Amino acid sequence: MRPLLRFENVTLRRGGRLLFEGLDLKLGPGEALHLTGRNGSGKSSLIRLAAGLLRAEVGQVERTKLALADDHLALDRELPLRRALRFWADGVDKAMEGMGLTPLADVPVRLLSAGQAKRATLARVVASGAHLWLLDEPLNGLDSDGVERLNTIIARHRASGGAVLAASHAPIGGEWARLELGQ
Amino acid sequence: MIRALIARDVRRAIGGAAWLPVGFFLLVATLVPFAVGPDAVLLARIGGGALWIAALTAALLPIERLIEPDMAEGVLDQFALHGLAEESVAAAKITAHWLTFAPLLLLAAVPGSALLGLNSHSLSRSLIALAVGTPGLAALAVAVAALTAGLPRAGALAGILLLPLAVPLLIFGAAASGDGGSSALLLEGAISLALTAGAPFIAGAAIRASRT
Repeated sequence: MRPLLRFENVTLRRGGRLLFEGLDLKLGPGEALHLTGRNGSGKSSLIRLAAGLLRAEVGQVERTKLALADDHLALDRELPLRRALRFWADGVDKAMEGMGLTPLADVPVRLLSAGQAKRATLARVVASGAHLWLLDEPLNGLDSDGVERLNTIIARHRASGGAVLAASHAPIGGEWARLELGQ
Repeated sequence: MIRALIARDVRRAIGGAAWLPVGFFLLVATLVPFAVGPDAVLLARIGGGALWIAALTAALLPIERLIEPDMAEGVLDQFALHGLAEESVAAAKITAHWLTFAPLLLLAAVPGSALLGLNSHSLSRSLIALAVGTPGLAALAVAVAALTAGLPRAGALAGILLLPLAVPLLIFGAAASGDGGSSALLLEGAISLALTAGAPFIAGAAIRASRT
């Protein structure tokens, strides 16, 4: 089966610092990989490399259609949440429901709390319909209900043949392969 | 997605301070007669050039809002993930910037030209010259906005970068507004076209370089 994400002998250097070298990685349907490592070990850079927002110094990265949730909200702050999400994808109602955002549908994005904004970025990923999800610190700012909802939507996504690559200092629910960077 | 991006940028500009460049344009046109005196002949002679200086500074005003907020918010990254080339994003932003400042500027040129004592013939020439030159100004503004996005004191830096680059457009635009005739208008059109064609590539490269 064709992997949704594949790194082949990838080396990445940022600001003159070698983050990783000769990295091979493969993520197939239903699989999930949890990136760990100390601050500055290259977790976010690996996520951005997987997204195609950075280029590897050496090696090849192959990817399928993907969605990224990182620290950036990427939503129009002046619009109500549902309308702001609709800029990026159709069928956002189900994604909003999954992240518990339905009551906030008509609230302007600028009024969301940090935790609600994090849920909104995750809802954007869910609504995207992409097979590969890249999540950079997805638990940041989430309360226990948010964490539970995230675990549920990740499990559902994997069950439907999707894959997840997540960088997080905290453990994420479910079975994950683990890759520690900066060793 | 491109149409949605243009509509979004236009909506944000109109909901924000789209009137500001036009207000600034009219302010400059109002101040010129105070500065040079009530000599109608002199005002009519320099009127076209004054309108162009006002247009240039008005195009510069929103420069910090053209690229930087979308870069900081991760919106440009999301466009890339949706398969939109940075050059396409830049072209869309040029279109949106032009739509939000140029038509209003052309409208404001009517009272502006009255303040400067331009006759109807000079006004029509100025309107044509502004219509031909403003796409180049919008393109230049977006390219410079992309080059300076995220840098400290980006607004001041953008002004220092943009104003010299706009000089050829200013020279031929002002000439086409005055007695320069059709050759000045053709040269202005050529410069405007070159800027409009080249700016998306410069802005696209700048957006990509900001990610490294």
